[in-house]
Amino acid sequence: MDRRLTLKWMLAAAATPPLVRGLQLFAATEPQPYGTDPKLLETYHPGDLWSLTFTPLQRRQATVLSDTIIPADATSPSASAVGVVDFIDEWISAPYPTQRADRKTVLEGLAWFDAEATRRFARSMADLDEQQLHSICDDISYVPKAKPEILEAAKFFARYRDLTAGGFYTTPQGRQDLGYVGNIPLPRFDGPPLEVLKKVGLA
Amino acid sequence: MPFVDAEAAVRGEYDVVVVGSGAGGGQMAYTLTMSGARVLLLEAGRRYEPAVETAMFQTPEMAPLRGTSTPDKPFGFYDATIDGGWQVPGEPYVQSSTEPGARFDWWRARMLGGRTNHWGRIALRNGPYDFKPRSRDGLGFDWPISYADMAPYYDKVELLIGVYGSNEGLENTPSSPAGCLLPPPKPIVSDLLVKKYSATLGIPTIPFHRAVLTRQLDWQSSPAKLHPGNARAQEIIASDMRSRAPCLWATPCGQGCSIRANYQSPTVHLPPALATGKLDILTDAMVAEVTLAGSGRASGVRFVDKHSGKSMEVAARVIVLAASACETVRILLNSRSAQFPQGLANSSGKVGKYLMDTVGSDLSGQIPLLESLPPHNEEGASFGHMYVPWWEYKNQHAGKLAFARGYHIEFGGGRRMPGAYTAAGLEWLTGGSYGRKLKEDARRYYGSMVYFSGRGEMIPNENSYCEIDPQMKDKWGIPVLRFHWRWSDHETRQAAHMQQTFAAIIESMGGRVQKPPQTDGAKAIAPGGSIIHEVGGAIMGSNSRDSVVNEWCQSWDVENLFLADGAPFPSNADKNPTLTIMANSWRVADHILDRMHRREL
Repeated sequence: MDRRLTLKWMLAAAATPPLVRGLQLFAATEPQPYGTDPKLLETYHPGDLWSLTFTPLQRRQATVLSDTIIPADATSPSASAVGVVDFIDEWISAPYPTQRADRKTVLEGLAWFDAEATRRFARSMADLDEQQLHSICDDISYVPKAKPEILEAAKFFARYRDLTAGGFYTTPQGRQDLGYVGNIPLPRFDGPPLEVLKKVGLA
Repeated sequence: MPFVDAEAAVRGEYDVVVVGSGAGGGQMAYTLTMSGARVLLLEAGRRYEPAVETAMFQTPEMAPLRGTSTPDKPFGFYDATIDGGWQVPGEPYVQSSTEPGARFDWWRARMLGGRTNHWGRIALRNGPYDFKPRSRDGLGFDWPISYADMAPYYDKVELLIGVYGSNEGLENTPSSPAGCLLPPPKPIVSDLLVKKYSATLGIPTIPFHRAVLTRQLDWQSSPAKLHPGNARAQEIIASDMRSRAPCLWATPCGQGCSIRANYQSPTVHLPPALATGKLDILTDAMVAEVTLAGSGRASGVRFVDKHSGKSMEVAARVIVLAASACETVRILLNSRSAQFPQGLANSSGKVGKYLMDTVGSDLSGQIPLLESLPPHNEEGASFGHMYVPWWEYKNQHAGKLAFARGYHIEFGGGRRMPGAYTAAGLEWLTGGSYGRKLKEDARRYYGSMVYFSGRGEMIPNENSYCEIDPQMKDKWGIPVLRFHWRWSDHETRQAAHMQQTFAAIIESMGGRVQKPPQTDGAKAIAPGGSIIHEVGGAIMGSNSRDSVVNEWCQSWDVENLFLADGAPFPSNADKNPTLTIMANSWRVADHILDRMHRREL
């Protein structure tokens, strides 16, 4: 890992962010906001409004991490299988303040993770097996318990987990996984079914 | 007579020019044209056609950034607001102070219908106390009218726009006459839990009042009640009521409603007004000032046509400003002349004074009883089936509370459409799970959160006002507003009380608050303007020294100038202001019609 980045994250002293070698933090052309009167009825895809950011390597890293956070199980597919990596790429490429801040967090975080993989296992992040991935993730998965020297990495993981979850649960497969059954017209609204009322002690 | 261009508007002959097409302007245009007056309605934003522009069943993955809010779309991509927000490009305003607690953020929606397109459709009546607050506790100002004066207009507005709710007979929480309200929707399970456990704390939970059609309007008997003796108006509104569909129990009201099941001015007020043939609507017309005739009467308004950038004037016998409280103030203060050097209608010096918003504070909790419930549809009327009206009138009046006015509680929960922040920030519950465990946790906690939002009365004060900034102009060359803002202890203590109450309810339900309730009211209170209930700034009163307009919202100084938005409100009850804006606008319109018939205007 780049020594200056390590120092910065360890000390969390970030008045002027140092340049990170090999990491393009800002796109060559400034992306434009969609404005205050966008077309609402069009369907948008990642890349339609802003050119995307991830290099092929970053994409592989993002895929590995998203699928570690939301893997396939008996109920639903993995995050990357439903387009979450494309969503995160769209997100970090957008011109708004929240997304610009996340861009820095995500790109620096993936670089940290990859460097950590090399340090611990002499392998790149994209080539780690599940056990190796978990050994790093376990150290950074909960900010209140993260060691001071990897606090920034833990904050990155928290943010990346939120983006992965948000991307996943806003797909048809994610909605189905949660048991969301709305967004269909109904002739009347009946309120909660009896089994729900019984479960909460109201019937 | 429908949508016209600026040249046609300038050539037109009108009885009344109405500035603003939202709740106040929409109601004014409706009432006047249904009685035969010729009206020109000016709107600063663009024409908006909800029937073909509303995102109804779109899902987040079809939108940029999964529909999440951005500075361009502050309430999310699919929110109905167009060209609006707390910042509007090219239309700045100025804060007089950078101190926390001293800012007022001004929401505008530059579109036909204004903020009625995205509002929460919460439609509460002010109660009798709310019109006479000073008489009750010595603070603020009384209205020059009483509940009895407004009640018939509340009845009419409820019949016209369609409001669901119930009559509970609680203190200062008015009942509507039989037949006014539509049946409330059934509560969702979290509503029922809030009701059950709040009751143990002595806090009542009752059906909310919202402008959503839970069934078709009564097009057979309502028209005669709305327009007695006016067959043509009855025919128009009966036909229009038949064409409004009831709620289909899906899609968020804030995105607008293409089937016209909820109230927004362009779907409810303007179509029948247009059907009279008496209404012209000019959009993209940014009004700069009211113009004067030699007699000291208003002659019309000057506006900037946004298409050509040209400054133009339209004329009418009567001018009604309903541009939103602060924009109405801005127009008055910018209408300077030798006769009115401080701005129009401002001989009292009170224009811009006593600006108010609503006190807001929120708290969320997680309720284990609601975990892992069987999947079921909880969308209902999109939110707000029940609420808590202010319940402490007696203790407050007896001096047992540290603040003088009340608040109501809006709350919600449910298995809603997942968004970009679904399953985010769960660490406080999960300890930071990821992998298969995170998927299990997401299923477990989905739909188990309940939020509480307090909405409370702010007492008008001398430190909360707006004026014209001496330097800055907007992109149309019109001088902009500068805001001054200060909460009093009545508001900040109320916000702290909200936090304690919400935490007590959540804990009574066996729930957990994510963060401890904020005991410092100055930190608990949302910034001025953030609840988007701006009222005041040109208050009505009983004499020309202390108020800007009289009981008919008619300027003391200029007899053919009236206000019909929130600007004339001398107080801002906890009840959301929109229904009162509409009822008051109808009342003022009736007065204008009466005076015009008597040739007094």
